[in-house]
Amino acid sequence: MQLSVRLRPVIFILVLLIAWELAVRMHSGLLVPGPFAVAAAIVELLYHGLLLKYVVASLFRVTWGFVLACITAIPLGLALGWYRRGELAFNPLSQIFRPISPLAWIPIAILWFGVGDLSAIFLIFVGSFFPLLLTAMSAVHNIPAVYVNAGRNFGLNSSAFVVRVLYPAVMPQLLVGMRITLGIAWLVVVAAEMIAVNSGLGFLIVDARNAGNRYDLVVAGMVVIGVIGLLLDLGMRSLEQMKSFQWRSSEE
Amino acid sequence: MSAAPGVTTTPNNGYKLRAEQLGVVYARNGNAVAALEDINLDIKDGEFICIVGPSGCGKSTLLNAMGGFLPPTSGSVTIDGEAVRGPDRRRILVFQERGVFPWLTVEGNIGFGLSKLPRAERKERIAHYVQMVRLQGFEQSYPSDLSGGMRQRLQVARALAVNPDILFLDEPFGALDSITRVMMRAELLRIWLTERRTIVFVTHDIDEAVQLADRVVVLSSRPAKIQEILTIDIPHPRNISSPRYLTLRDELLKQIGLAYEI
Repeated sequence: MQLSVRLRPVIFILVLLIAWELAVRMHSGLLVPGPFAVAAAIVELLYHGLLLKYVVASLFRVTWGFVLACITAIPLGLALGWYRRGELAFNPLSQIFRPISPLAWIPIAILWFGVGDLSAIFLIFVGSFFPLLLTAMSAVHNIPAVYVNAGRNFGLNSSAFVVRVLYPAVMPQLLVGMRITLGIAWLVVVAAEMIAVNSGLGFLIVDARNAGNRYDLVVAGMVVIGVIGLLLDLGMRSLEQMKSFQWRSSEE
Repeated sequence: MSAAPGVTTTPNNGYKLRAEQLGVVYARNGNAVAALEDINLDIKDGEFICIVGPSGCGKSTLLNAMGGFLPPTSGSVTIDGEAVRGPDRRRILVFQERGVFPWLTVEGNIGFGLSKLPRAERKERIAHYVQMVRLQGFEQSYPSDLSGGMRQRLQVARALAVNPDILFLDEPFGALDSITRVMMRAELLRIWLTERRTIVFVTHDIDEAVQLADRVVVLSSRPAKIQEILTIDIPHPRNISSPRYLTLRDELLKQIGLAYEI
């Protein structure tokens, strides 16, 4: 029973792969590659050392953009959430900036930073900043008053209060927000690499199409993007599962 | 806050806590709502006081004002002759539920207020209070793994660990089932009889008040005034079917206006 439940998604994927291969064989002449061609393309990329290079390039940009957004947006969001007046002042601005797709910033990114890593990092930063800011603000609003009062009761000064009450109290909600935002960052990096840089998985996809309609490489790039996105999500989820972070689910 | 420290003519006359003409007015939807009016109450050192009254009358408001969490609109609260100006670790408020920190273990919670102590002393103090509230074997457990009663015992232990003069308890057993509640009363009494701290205990449970308190303060409905202060002159352990117990219980029910209506 247990094993069959676990095998179910694997079987489903196998069925889809077979259907894909059959569909491609029945309509030969289309540019869309079958699963074997894609697997061969991945091996080809590995063989030339491009896969590792591009994956590292993409992850490098995502890491920088995301980390920079975390260390600016989270403290700012926590402060704004705590001091309601600050939030009221800042709110209209963030409401205007938030709905602008990070991709709309591409021309400005290139204008400011040129074609290169900095542009991509900037775009990821912009795409991650507002979701993280809003998460941090709402996490502060959701702290139960009991924790705040208990912290005050034991005579904590402000810095001790931040470290020992505020930070652990917002952590579970913050981690969920960070996981979702990392997903956004991974979406943005692929788009940014299609325009603003000459390496990375997004560049691979555009380059493979431009340089002779290598759709096997295009789909190979997509598969790699999907797998890495999944791994990033799993990594963040395992952080959420850590005992001292997971209290929220069991407490409510 | 009209009375400054030192202005009190007689230094509390041996009283631990003194509320004088205490009043609290809330602003709700633009209207001023009086929650407390002209509360005068003297509490002796080591005394066990229960505050009862109709629900929503302002019992918790009174507790929060005495604990320094709520500034009084008029009158004053003084402790040891010193005006209360905010929360203080010498008097700890125990909340009804969710009061323990879910991200800390049992040890972490009890040690929360002890960060300035040397390591060895801190450890010893934690062990002492783990034992006092009978949580041995759960030192490394998180609150989510404890029952409701254990969590409340943990909260009491965390409060006692910082060696406070006064414990304020805001319906601490209100969210527990009735059997656990009776056991928790016995535990609290045992702790109070060994540690002899001043306890101010808000409850809506008449039996709880008569079983625990030296004196029961009955509040009227909103705006709450002190309607009656009843002295429970039965020594511990109290026989809850003794005539005296039943008389006092009836008296308390009558005060709240329930005696002949159930």
